[in-house]
Amino acid sequence: MTNSKGESVAEAHGGHLAHHFDTAEQQFESGKLGMWIFLATEILLFGGLFCAYAVYRSSHPEIFLYAHRYLDKTLGAINTAVLICSSFTMAWAVRCAQLGRRKALVRLLAATIALAGCFLGIKYVEYEHKWKEGLLWGKRFHAKLEQPAAPVVASPVPTPSVNPEERSLIAPAAEGPKGLAKPGQRPLWETGTGGPPKNLQTFFAVYFTMTGLHGIHVIAGMVLLTLMLLRARRGEFGPAYFTPVDLAGLYWHLVDLVWIYLFPLLYLIR
Amino acid sequence: MAETTHAEARASDHPTVGHVVPFRVLATVWLALLALTVVTVEVAGVDIGNFNLGVAMAIATVKATLVLLYFMHMRYDRPMNAIVFVAALLFVALFVSIALLDTRAYKPDLIPGYAPGITR
Amino acid sequence: MATNDPVFGAGGLGAGQNALGGDNYLSHGHGLKSWLLTLDHKRIGVMYLVSILASFFLGGIFALLIRTKLLTPGSSALMDANTYNQMFTLHGAVMIFLFIIPGIPAALGNFVLPLMLGAKDVAFPRLNLASYYMWVAGALLALLSIATGAVDTGWTFYTPYSTTTNASVITMVAGVFVLGFSSIFTGLNFVVSIHKLRPEGMSWFRMPLFLWGLYGTAIIQIMATPVLGITLLLLIAERALGVGIFDPSLGGDPILFQHFFWFYSHPAVYIMILPAMGVISELVSVFSRKHIFGYTFIALSSIAIAVISFLVWGHHMFVAGQSNLASMIFSALTFMVAIPSAVKVFNWVATMYKGSIWLATPMLYVLSFLFLFGIGGLTGLFLGALAVDVHLHDTYFVVAHFHYVMFGGTVIAFLGGLHYWWPKMFGRMYSELWGRVGALLVFVGFNTTFFTQFVMGSHGAPRRSYHYLPEFQTYHQLSTIGSYLLGMGFLVIAVNLVHALFRGRPAPANPWGGATLEWRTSSPPPHDNFAATPVAGDPYDVEAWAFDRQLGGFVPRAGGSGS
Repeated sequence: MTNSKGESVAEAHGGHLAHHFDTAEQQFESGKLGMWIFLATEILLFGGLFCAYAVYRSSHPEIFLYAHRYLDKTLGAINTAVLICSSFTMAWAVRCAQLGRRKALVRLLAATIALAGCFLGIKYVEYEHKWKEGLLWGKRFHAKLEQPAAPVVASPVPTPSVNPEERSLIAPAAEGPKGLAKPGQRPLWETGTGGPPKNLQTFFAVYFTMTGLHGIHVIAGMVLLTLMLLRARRGEFGPAYFTPVDLAGLYWHLVDLVWIYLFPLLYLIR
Repeated sequence: MAETTHAEARASDHPTVGHVVPFRVLATVWLALLALTVVTVEVAGVDIGNFNLGVAMAIATVKATLVLLYFMHMRYDRPMNAIVFVAALLFVALFVSIALLDTRAYKPDLIPGYAPGITR
Repeated sequence: MATNDPVFGAGGLGAGQNALGGDNYLSHGHGLKSWLLTLDHKRIGVMYLVSILASFFLGGIFALLIRTKLLTPGSSALMDANTYNQMFTLHGAVMIFLFIIPGIPAALGNFVLPLMLGAKDVAFPRLNLASYYMWVAGALLALLSIATGAVDTGWTFYTPYSTTTNASVITMVAGVFVLGFSSIFTGLNFVVSIHKLRPEGMSWFRMPLFLWGLYGTAIIQIMATPVLGITLLLLIAERALGVGIFDPSLGGDPILFQHFFWFYSHPAVYIMILPAMGVISELVSVFSRKHIFGYTFIALSSIAIAVISFLVWGHHMFVAGQSNLASMIFSALTFMVAIPSAVKVFNWVATMYKGSIWLATPMLYVLSFLFLFGIGGLTGLFLGALAVDVHLHDTYFVVAHFHYVMFGGTVIAFLGGLHYWWPKMFGRMYSELWGRVGALLVFVGFNTTFFTQFVMGSHGAPRRSYHYLPEFQTYHQLSTIGSYLLGMGFLVIAVNLVHALFRGRPAPANPWGGATLEWRTSSPPPHDNFAATPVAGDPYDVEAWAFDRQLGGFVPRAGGSGS
């Protein structure tokens, strides 16, 4: 089959060109567009978790403020730097692939994978600490919480503004343990004496789902980059064909992008 | 780009498709990202009330933009790639904003005082 | 006809028209491996077709069982209440996730899209095969769930019931998660194909409208399905690990689950209808022997529907505890989303006006679609009105509404497309008589089944209910009789089409006189789709084709360019 330029498609570009593409440029740009669309789906996947974060932080800022103190800011910042460096080595690796510098490409891919491993190592340290302290999600939360130096002031119960003349004629339900709370009584989830807010596990549910899903993506990225490394060692990439490295790089940068937002949202709450 | 044969491409060290980002640019972006990370941490140590979240997000967005434009070549690529990415961000923004709007509207009605973060 | 088109060239009429017995994609390569490891979009399309029709059959069996139980209002020996809950859940889940979401894009789109583009394949053939295998994996997980206790939560999996019920929720949800990826990758493939593989002369506004429909569908598949993905992951985490994000006793919020779920599931229904509308755009022009009316409006309305579909998900949650503010916003936006659909309907009818209507089987499905989708769409507006929805929510009115749009809309259009492209896909013509009988049976059976449900629902009959009040029994019985008629109609259709595979008249290249590029190659097409890339012209220039009695198909009109 001939392409639109009349030449044999198989001859164009030494065998890297698939039969259904006319030119190498068309194939390359198709691959890029496809990868960006995949990245868009990843944005929407994480977007759901950012929504859960927004909803819960908005209605319970006291939980987020209190619970985030259990996270180690320093380790989080180091992890952020680690990922930024891995993004740098990845972008540099793509450049080396484009310029045919095989040895540098292999070393930089290895460096990226190593930095990713470093990230996971630090994450493991953080997770282990939480596991030991019982600072887990939902049903698994069993931490012994310390009494804070200054009492946490629970917000006052707002009295509903009801016009007395418009009060319903239906008799109110009985008060008591199984019925209504007594008027003015503090809701059960507030500790009247100050102390840690209830439902701290909500923060950890959000923390573990967000960092957990991100961690899974880091692992997947490491697998992908290892495959790229093996192919690079065999000399498969060069100026004529470097698309897989480029696309793997795009994925890796996305992993970095998500963490750039996770870090301040989880670790630096005021 | 004009088609060159495989042999020609190997001889030159210039790729036949795509754009190569200069090393200088990559290194500058890298250092800028690290610097901005330091700034984020420092600013978080200062209490500026409700603006803390806004500033942190703004700095994160600057970092993200640098990664997108230079590390991910968005600056040198076809605009469609950027349109796809931005569209995804818009859909996330839509989802978060309406879910947040709804939650903030009904949470106080549930049980008084249940959602201390929302004041009517 | 001085073209060098090998199908319609100087080689004479009939040369290369029908490729059965010669070299075509079905005979290219033999054995199971050549099918299971194929990268040919046409073969992948056929595998999808067989798979989703099998799913439709399975979902249909569940439906018939439900309808049979509902002949009597009380307890039935056929099934107990728990089994009934599983039945309607599985009917919904199988029909939606295994049949209708992949539906037209996977089974027809995969086959037709590259042909319409004059291309040799989709942009990423290996990803295409992977999409198919993901479908298979998801289907197997769903079947595993059915075999190990099934699901009784309704296809909507609302928490907290879905997180606490003693059923095989995780397996089913994992299956749906995998199916979601199949959908995403199909959408990705189609978007890149349409952007990058259009031939010379085919600008965006010279593209067939079926491709606009598939493009709009793909936007939704790409942007909405990942949100379903995260919803299902969180559901699994909730069940398996007790994460507590949707559990009120742990500080979670069940309404958040509904926001998450419907953010995908509302746009999902437009994944179902947009390709169907694309099919109708093709059929209505060809079978009115007239250029499509309002091409630009129909094309842009596909994109408008895709975008606006993301703005209305809360209309499923009016009575769930959503705030009044959000409910009002969603209600207003719901009225907006009907507008581009209406634009399409008006343009289709305008296409038929002063056309030469050819009541072949595909056209009967077009007429059915206009009537049934019209009713379905309009009743959606009733449900979009807040005050009315309070009474109609969770009644049979809703059930009737969505069956009118999904079944009366998508399935009818799917059948129309199947009957339209069947000769191209398999090189055989089916019996027109039995095709029309099948279409008629389906139309009558469908209305009998579901119109009664509108009436029932408006009288307050609740949905998903094993027991019902005796006053509704006559309606239920009428509806069940209708469902048996529907079943018979599908039997007729199936026998007709399968019989055609073995005994049908060999089909010419262009039996219906379509002007899109797939009709410029033999029936069935060769492995490489085209001997030489065809030159794209106006995809609705149907008047440039004339019927040739001897051939039994259409050929380019003498003196015209045929393009």
